[in-house]
Amino acid sequence: MIEILSIFLLCLTVITAVAVIRARSLFTAVMLMGIFSLLMAAAFLLLDAADVALTEAAVGAGISTVLMLSALALTASKERVEHVRFGVAVIVCTVLAGAIFYATFDKPPLGDPNAPVHQHVAPEFFSITREEIGIPNVVTAILGSFRGYDTLGEVIVVLTAGIGVLFLIGGTAPMGQVSPSSGDQTIRGLRHHQPLRVIAKWAIPFIMIFAFYVQFHGEYSPGGGFQAGALFAAAIILYGLIEGHRRSVQVIPPAVLRAMAAGGALLYGAVGVVTMLMGGNFLEYRVLHENSTTAQQMGIILIEAGVGITVAGVLLAIFHAFAARDRA
Amino acid sequence: MSALTDLFHYWVFVVLLMIGFYGVMTRSNLMKKLLGLSIFQSAVFLLFISMGKVEGGTAPIVLDGNWDATFSNPLPQVLILTAIVVGISTLALGLALVVRIKEAYGRIDDIDAPEAES
Amino acid sequence: MMAPLLDVISWVMLVGGAAFVFIGGVGAIRMPDLYTRMHATSLTDTLGSLLILGGLMVQAGFSLMTLKLIAVTLFLLFTNPVSAYALANAALLSGLEPKLADDESENES
Repeated sequence: MIEILSIFLLCLTVITAVAVIRARSLFTAVMLMGIFSLLMAAAFLLLDAADVALTEAAVGAGISTVLMLSALALTASKERVEHVRFGVAVIVCTVLAGAIFYATFDKPPLGDPNAPVHQHVAPEFFSITREEIGIPNVVTAILGSFRGYDTLGEVIVVLTAGIGVLFLIGGTAPMGQVSPSSGDQTIRGLRHHQPLRVIAKWAIPFIMIFAFYVQFHGEYSPGGGFQAGALFAAAIILYGLIEGHRRSVQVIPPAVLRAMAAGGALLYGAVGVVTMLMGGNFLEYRVLHENSTTAQQMGIILIEAGVGITVAGVLLAIFHAFAARDRA
Repeated sequence: MSALTDLFHYWVFVVLLMIGFYGVMTRSNLMKKLLGLSIFQSAVFLLFISMGKVEGGTAPIVLDGNWDATFSNPLPQVLILTAIVVGISTLALGLALVVRIKEAYGRIDDIDAPEAES
Repeated sequence: MMAPLLDVISWVMLVGGAAFVFIGGVGAIRMPDLYTRMHATSLTDTLGSLLILGGLMVQAGFSLMTLKLIAVTLFLLFTNPVSAYALANAALLSGLEPKLADDESENES
């Protein structure tokens, strides 16, 4: 029964993807991309990936749609229909599709418990998590403890993207123009829309509480630093959309955002340095406390906090950079 | 019927991969290229997550201390979690570049086409 | 006696919710312009989601799950109409004129 639902959802994603590529109006394409992300999140949930579904919904359908719309507001809105290299593209795609399609017949069927991917390290994760880490969400245990170096790299990637965006469009004036006084260019927000203001006034505190819940409950249920950071950024973005960009910059000033972005990554690295100073390897949480599970959980909570702070700071800094950019 | 449900996710992966790739190749508008790239990335995520599924399993979160239930493989999910966040980071950087290109060239279609610089 | 009755109630609510969403989908395709389409989908989607979530709540009984479902229901109840309002307002501000009955009769005559 659930296979039929999976097949239905996946067919919908294919249809939506075709519509994204074919849409002439870029606004339509971006909105369809949001729908595509949400359908993928549902497909992930049906494939038992709860954390991934939460992240895809929060980051893919939420934040990335907002960022693409902000970029669209600064650029064109319609695509000029000039297709290039049409014939070559069709041939290349057909050949590649045929080759990969032929290769899929060698794959084990979906859900086969004897597939090679489930054999070597995967059973160990459950037994070691049970003995040494003791948290129910094995995905967070792997993310925070087993593959902690990967997550550190990921936090640095997020920070680097934030730095890059701030370098590119962090100022308010497009290049070559004298920066106009932003007093007369205030983006006013949507305060005069009564329903939006009332609902946002009620929703924003709950979104923030939910962000903190996801952050700290990430060891017992789907959640963790990335989703929490994205949710927190979404709350402030909603505030900025309703109250105007100027007020949202006052709520969390850009200096605080930069401190958050760098501070979270520094916190993560600091945990590693502290473990080294206490005699272990980099990010070896075992040396933080005598009790193994307490030490691991302390380490995971600290680094997840670092991840959440960095992601929230970077996403908000990127949003402010796009929103404050004057139109050329 | 069983072949359809066994391998359907991988076939959808192929189709989505090619749709995204086709979008990046044939569309000259930069935003469309970024959207095609996003679709391409999502197809790869689908491949990994469907490889991790175990039949009769559940999400790899232990409920009520029952460590012996059948769980789906958590490792591909961790990898894809990282990949989603990296994907949106590159998307943000790409969007910033598109904004700067628009300001420099005045358009985001056909930026390779020779045109008299104003 | 209670269990089959609860099952029947939840079945009725789930199928009713699905029927409403389907009707909304048909309306979204058959209606002539954006405003009528929004009218069709926002009303039916809100009610359909409420019915589906109510059916799930009946299935879940008195548990933590029901509280979470109530939270989701409240959230949907508040934000669904507001987003429809925002969408219609944005369309009006960007210049999309609603298709009026007078235009059609003028065109026909």
